[in-house]
Amino acid sequence: MGLKRKDLLEIRSLEPAEIQTILDTAASMKEIASREIKKVPALRGKTVVNLFLEPSTRTRTSFEIAGKWLSADVINVSGSSSSVVKGETLMDTAKNIEAMSPDCVVIRHSASGAPHMLARALKCSIINAGDGMHEHPTQALLDLLTIREKRGHLEGLSVAIVGDIAHSRVARSNIAGMRKMGMSVTVAGPPTLIPPGIEELGVKVAYRLEDTIRDVDVIMMLRLQQERMTANYIPSLREYSRLYGLSLEKLAGARDDVLIMHPGPVNRGIEMAPEVADGPYSVILEQVANGVAVRMALLYLLLGGKPAEA
Amino acid sequence: MNLLIRNGRVIDPANGLDAPAEVLILDGRVSRVGPRLEVPAETPSVDAGGRVVAPGFMDIHVHLREPGQEYKETIATGTRAAAAGGFAAIACMANTQPVNDTRAVTDYITAQARAEGVVRVYPIGAVTRGLGGRELAELGELAEAGCVAYSDDGRPVMSSALLRRALEYAQAFGKPIVSHAEDATLADGGVMHEGFVSTDLGLRGIPAAAEEIMVARDIALAELTGHRVHIAHVSTAAAVRLLRDARARGVPVTGEVTPHHLLLTDETLRSYDANAKMAPPLRGKRDVEACREALADGTLDAIATDHAPHALADKEVELDQAANGIVGLETAVALCLTHLVRERVLDLGTLIARLTVGPARILDLPGGSLTPGAPGDVTILDLDREHVIDPGRFYSRARNTPFRGWRCVGAPWMTIVGGRVVMAEGVVERGPSR
Ligand SMILES: [Zn+2]
Repeated sequence: MGLKRKDLLEIRSLEPAEIQTILDTAASMKEIASREIKKVPALRGKTVVNLFLEPSTRTRTSFEIAGKWLSADVINVSGSSSSVVKGETLMDTAKNIEAMSPDCVVIRHSASGAPHMLARALKCSIINAGDGMHEHPTQALLDLLTIREKRGHLEGLSVAIVGDIAHSRVARSNIAGMRKMGMSVTVAGPPTLIPPGIEELGVKVAYRLEDTIRDVDVIMMLRLQQERMTANYIPSLREYSRLYGLSLEKLAGARDDVLIMHPGPVNRGIEMAPEVADGPYSVILEQVANGVAVRMALLYLLLGGKPAEA
Repeated sequence: MNLLIRNGRVIDPANGLDAPAEVLILDGRVSRVGPRLEVPAETPSVDAGGRVVAPGFMDIHVHLREPGQEYKETIATGTRAAAAGGFAAIACMANTQPVNDTRAVTDYITAQARAEGVVRVYPIGAVTRGLGGRELAELGELAEAGCVAYSDDGRPVMSSALLRRALEYAQAFGKPIVSHAEDATLADGGVMHEGFVSTDLGLRGIPAAAEEIMVARDIALAELTGHRVHIAHVSTAAAVRLLRDARARGVPVTGEVTPHHLLLTDETLRSYDANAKMAPPLRGKRDVEACREALADGTLDAIATDHAPHALADKEVELDQAANGIVGLETAVALCLTHLVRERVLDLGTLIARLTVGPARILDLPGGSLTPGAPGDVTILDLDREHVIDPGRFYSRARNTPFRGWRCVGAPWMTIVGGRVVMAEGVVERGPSR
């Protein structure tokens, strides 16, 4: 099997069959997590560099664990993405990392397209761990895995993605992945946070949360960056949470078997009431666990799984 | 300098001429144009070999980077790039370091151009001190020193009150104001045109309205003051519409468009290549079509390159941090011949008009025609020359172009300035040291 590609930069360029392969592989990786000794030799002798130029403890840790459970040597490089400040450019950093002969670089960066630059410059595999407002493909894959586990399938399911769509790479990756897997997607949020032309991605747009969540299989809440308020995307956090926060009352209108997801970390009380985040519909912790499995699957498929064909 | 150009098809839009003819330059000026000219003995001559002979091309929107950023470009390299691209005259923007907001800087530019340049250089002075947008620069002194216009290009003059005063004050010297029309509050932090593509790529957008609001304002101020405003690098359909209406009403406003806004759309950014990042950004397909129509019907008077040289380090970075702009002097003419004339967007005479008489009228420059007495500047075009754009061969110090690898048919063949051949078959005279 394996993936017929050097890099994983974005969901939008994956074939549905490739997504299927990644999810199947991730599902089998979960077995390793349940073992007493969580280590297999699949990537022994391989080096993975976690290049996190925008801070993210969660995603970095998830990749780190994934690499270690597969016996890869994992090196963490972190720093500010405003490399200009340090006088070192991303390309400088990339060339320095290349000198360490890694097999894979996992990059998180605040600029959309930074992983694409790196993929052009480096011979090793590049995994996008989130770039600017563009994509966060491993997050979308772990979300798909979580939904598939809970529902048994993806095709035909409906999802509401709620919140700051405009600035969300999670939304973009999920929209791409969900549409490819035959799901229908509605995005909801204040009009200031819905970007122009989003309908062209094959989604419906809604401005009112109550109507949107009534009949969907999955509600995916996005994290709101507090600075959206000072930039006048929203008048106040209070109003935002009243209109777009998921409270128990609003949830009462949703289906009994609805799944509630969030890429984390949750602003409890803003996007979501605490009782909702920690309640019976929430699969937030499963998402975290599946994150490791998906990242193991990707490392395995890009580095360890025999290359499909030369 | 004397020179006879024989055996050419002379196209001089200012004089409505398109015919086989000879062009005689005496003492650096056009003497006569006609079928068989009597020439003084021993006049050197050039055989145009049936190629197109036009007035020397002018690019009224160039960033030369000297003084201050000579690692990007110098007057020596920038004027060679111009000569290589078929331009006999260029106007250079004020955003140097220091800014061209005083006589001293203007004098430096003109002295340097005389010493090391190979084409004519017309400095454009700043509208406001340091391009700060707060206080007027000494517009009178700048005019005396030789500035042909005023512009804070690169930075919009956001204060309408200040621009109004600038327009009123500039009337005394007859020099137009060149406007970089962009509402900075709307453009804030954007790296590309706002629309579906920016949404898809997750890049901050600059709405077309950022340009249109300022074009509308500039037109209103031109009308209020009666003084000339020239809109630089027009890029949107609505901006074109505003200009067309204003001109129909007789408002003294002109416009230019760049080859990249005529040939590329926001889709070019899909590669995340910083060589497609510019201000104003590459727009949508409809905007490109509107700009092409406006160029054809004369609403847009000129093609200007907005030649913006940058070092690799300024471009080979994340898009958010990358510098705006591309080089254009060496690619503009070939691209326009290939993609506008061959594809019948413009006829050849109109293209030449937009590179000669159009820009000359906007900035009131000598040249732009082969009228007897005009500067002896000539551009000769080889319409059949096939080549591939190779930034490695640029005379410019910079390589930042999204047109690498584009195939072209047609190219400038010779550039003549004041009767002196400064470029022949792509090779620029060595002249003073680089
Ligand atoms: Zn400009």
